[in-house]
This record gives sequence, structure tokens and C-alpha cells, in this order.
Amino acid sequence: MTTEKAARRPMVKAEQVHKSFGHVEVLKGIDLEVQPGEVMCVIGPSGSGKSTFLRCINHLEKIDSGRLWVDGHLVGYREKGGKLYELRDREVAEQRREIGMVFQRFNLFPHMTALENVMEAPVLVKKEPKDRVRERALALLDRVGLGDKVDSYPAQLSGGQQQRVAIARALAMQPKLMLFDEPTSALDPELVGEVLDVMKQLAEDGMTMIVVTHEMGFAREVGDSLVFMDGGVVVESGAPREVLANPRHPRTQDFLSKVL
Amino acid sequence: MTVDQDVQKGRPEPIRAVPVRHPGRWAGAAVVLVLGAMFVHFLLFNPAFNWSEQWKYIFSDAVLRAVRNTIWLTVVAMVGGVALGIVLALMRMSPNPLMRGAAFLYLWFFRGTPLYTQLLIWGAIGALIPTIGIGIPFGPEFHTWETQKLINVALAAALGLLLNEAAYMAEIVRAGILSVDPGQQEAAAALGMSRMQTMRRIVLPQAMRVIVPPTGNETISMLKNTSLVAAVPYAELTFTAQTIYANTYQIIPMLIMACLWYLFLSSLLMIGQYYLERYFSRGVGGNGGGNRVRLRALRGGGRR
Repeated sequence: MTTEKAARRPMVKAEQVHKSFGHVEVLKGIDLEVQPGEVMCVIGPSGSGKSTFLRCINHLEKIDSGRLWVDGHLVGYREKGGKLYELRDREVAEQRREIGMVFQRFNLFPHMTALENVMEAPVLVKKEPKDRVRERALALLDRVGLGDKVDSYPAQLSGGQQQRVAIARALAMQPKLMLFDEPTSALDPELVGEVLDVMKQLAEDGMTMIVVTHEMGFAREVGDSLVFMDGGVVVESGAPREVLANPRHPRTQDFLSKVL
Repeated sequence: MTVDQDVQKGRPEPIRAVPVRHPGRWAGAAVVLVLGAMFVHFLLFNPAFNWSEQWKYIFSDAVLRAVRNTIWLTVVAMVGGVALGIVLALMRMSPNPLMRGAAFLYLWFFRGTPLYTQLLIWGAIGALIPTIGIGIPFGPEFHTWETQKLINVALAAALGLLLNEAAYMAEIVRAGILSVDPGQQEAAAALGMSRMQTMRRIVLPQAMRVIVPPTGNETISMLKNTSLVAAVPYAELTFTAQTIYANTYQIIPMLIMACLWYLFLSSLLMIGQYYLERYFSRGVGGNGGGNRVRLRALRGGGRR
């Protein structure tokens, strides 16, 4: 019974999430749910708030109103007696350990080798024994096809290779949710495929993923659901093939006619 | 292979052009050579250098003690200056406006007044603050010391240099921290690192690349600025040279001797700076092969 209950609990749940930067309201009430094992792709024009929403999920941005849960836990706050309490930095950090994030600009640590990049957080944050982390890190780098690049510094790797190291680095924390913020947007066209292949493999292994992307092919093929955002709201969502083939909302139709 | 052969067959003969002549370079070289020869002649045959007089004192006890004091002052002022500089830099970037304000005032005073004047004040610190005590602010004191006894000339000299240096180091450290891509802090935060862990493991090691070169320059400046503590007065290298020529009237030989010591010490610092910079630039700009070649050249032009 308990397993069934756990399976029904959404991995991510957003209720009326609002976020403003100064006077600009970037998110105007986002409602959505991501089930465990689901791959959700988020598309939309730039400035639509999709990256901001992604960053709210691991509390890199604070939301102004609404509620956001990851695996049943409120993000960034504790609710007690109908009152919200801000979490301490340490508690926020603890929440983030469970959520992997991959950035558009990779953000690898340039003063560390690929292997050191992957090993850093589990050793430093989770205090895991070094030799065990090394084993896992080597396996992860092998899995993303970089078994022969473990001692390379980021500057010696191509963009695609750097992004694959970044994915391995996030996976080393053994997260239950992976967030991808336009992971292929900064790559040369011929390097996009190798990163998408790794992500596809990850999806097939059952990882819960939220992917902000402009890769419609990936969304159609790998995504379980598709969300189209514009102007800080979810305009349309559904099965990727359905939304991409028969967009109902005129704004979706307009956007897709420009990118497809 | 066939392509290669085709290229071989069709390749025109190599260009053999008359190179551009550079008469200006030859003229310049001649001028430099003549000036160089004049300078060597000046060094060897000007009696004012009095090299034997210099040789008599350069390893004398008084001078060696002075060199030791100069090194000691440089090390203490730099180590303390860097430590206090980091604190001031973090204060200047603090979200607390009082912290920012305090750090700003500190920098304003120590950067806005001459080091020599500050050192003169340290020399007369007993007149400014006759006693130092531990107690409750504006309340009773539990123990009181006489400043002149607590802060001797050595300590006054070191404090004067250290507090002034901290103001400059604060700006260097702040620039270094600001130079690190904010994406680095985000990536570290997303991995669940705390702010302290991020600072120590991710931000500072990268900031060091920007911090080390000016800090090396500061250290070399400090080595030379120790001569200003003659204002306190404290017996470092220049002050000792002055003391010697006050008796012997051999002014130029003693000052040149001091210069030779400063040159020797600053050369050591430059070598140290080179290795530090190389260490902190790892992972930047390819595989560092170029660095290794330069290193070999520095070690003596390669073994073969």
C-alpha cells in the first residue's frame, strides 16, 4: 500500500507559483505536477519564465507566492501551525542535494579535472568515503562516454563533453530529480546530439526530469509531457506529440510555426 | 595518399624573396651597446662606488641583522595584511550596511593618508594613546598597560605596515572574488554546498588566479616599503646603512650595498611569485604546455 501511495505522490507539484524581479512579474501563477519517472519538457519563447520556474524548484530563486513541493516537501520553507518559516541555509542546501541541475553554460569548476568535478560534492557535502565516490564517478563518466577524459580540465574539453561531465557531476549526488536548463543551447550544432543521447539514456533509466529546451525532436521522442509557457503562464500542456502536432492555443500555434 | 602526391606534383617551388632590411634595428642595437659599455665602465672605474668598502660591510653582523629585520617585517606585514584584507573584503561585500560602512571607513583612512605619515604616528603612538586596557567600553578597566611599553618599535613598525597593507589587500581580494563567474556559485549551491564550502573550495581557488599576481607585486613593494619604518625608527636595512655611513661618511657605497640586498631579496620573491601563479592558473588556457617550456627556460635553458 505504502509503495502505491508513494508512487502517486508527485515528484514536483506547483500551485499558483508567482515570482517577480522588481516590478516585472516573471511567473504569473504556475500550476503543474510532475510524476516520478516522468520526463517533462518545457518550451516557450525567451523571457517566458521557463528558466526562472526551473530555478525556483531548487530554490535558486525565491517564489513570492503560491506553493512548490518536491517529493512532498515544501521548497525553501517549513509550514507549522498555518505559518511559513524560512529554512536555514543549511536546510536549503540539504534539499538541493536531492535535485540535480544542469546549466546552459555548463558551469563546471575550471580548476578541477573532470573526475574532481564529479567527485567534489559527494565527498564535500555528503562526506562519502573518497574511494567509493571515485568508483562511482569513474562509472558515471564512463556512462556519459568520457571514460578516457577523466583527467582533463574543462578548458580541454569540447562544449558537448563539458555538458556531459556536468550531467555526471549532478548524477554523482544520486538525485531523485534532474533539472535541465537549456542544456544544449550553448553548443555547436554537431555537439547537441551527444548530450541529448545521454539525456535520453537517463530518461530510459527512469529518472524524473524537467527539461527546458528548444529541441522539439527531443521533446517529441523522449518527453512524457510537454508544457508550453508564454508570458509567465502555462499556456498549453499535454502529450508532446499531441501538442506539437495539433496545438490548440493560438500562441502555441504561433510559436511552433516559428521554430518547427 | 594520392591526394598528397597530387599536391606534391602540382606544388609551385618555395618562395625565395629578398627579406626586408631593418637598418633601424641595427642602429638601435649599436646605441644600446655603446650605452651598455659606458655603464659597465662607470661601474668599474668610478671610485665613488668604493666596492671594497661595500664588501667590508655587506655580510657584517649589523647588516645581516638588518636584513633579517627587513625579511621579518615583510613576512609579518604581508601575512597579517592578507588575513585582515580578506576579512575587510568580506565585510565590504556583506549584506549588513554597518559592516560595509566600517570597512569603507577603514579603507578611506589607510588609503587616503601616506604610509610614511602613518608610520610617524606609530612612532609616537604613546602620545596618542597613553594606555591600553581591558575592560567594559566606557566602564571600568580590569587591567591597564602603558602603550609605550606594550608596543615596542618592532611591533609599531610591523603594525604600521600591516594595517596599511590590509587596506590595499582588501581591494585586491574583493576584485578577485568578483572576477569569479556567478554561475560557479550557482552550480555549487545546486549541488548542495554551503556558502562557506563554496567560498573555500570553488570561489577562492579561482579568485586566487586574479589575487596572486598583484599580491606578489604588493609583497615586492612591501619589501621596499619596510625602508620607511626608519620613521618609527626601527633598524631595518636602509636605516642600518644610514647608521653606518653616519660614522664612515661612505654614503654611496652603503646605499648601493642596501640596493644589492634589496635586489637579491626581490629576485627571490619574483621566482616564488612565478611558481604561485603557475599553480593557481591550472585548468586555464589548455594543457599548460607553454608554461612547462617557460619553466624549463627559467631553470637554465633545458638540460640538453
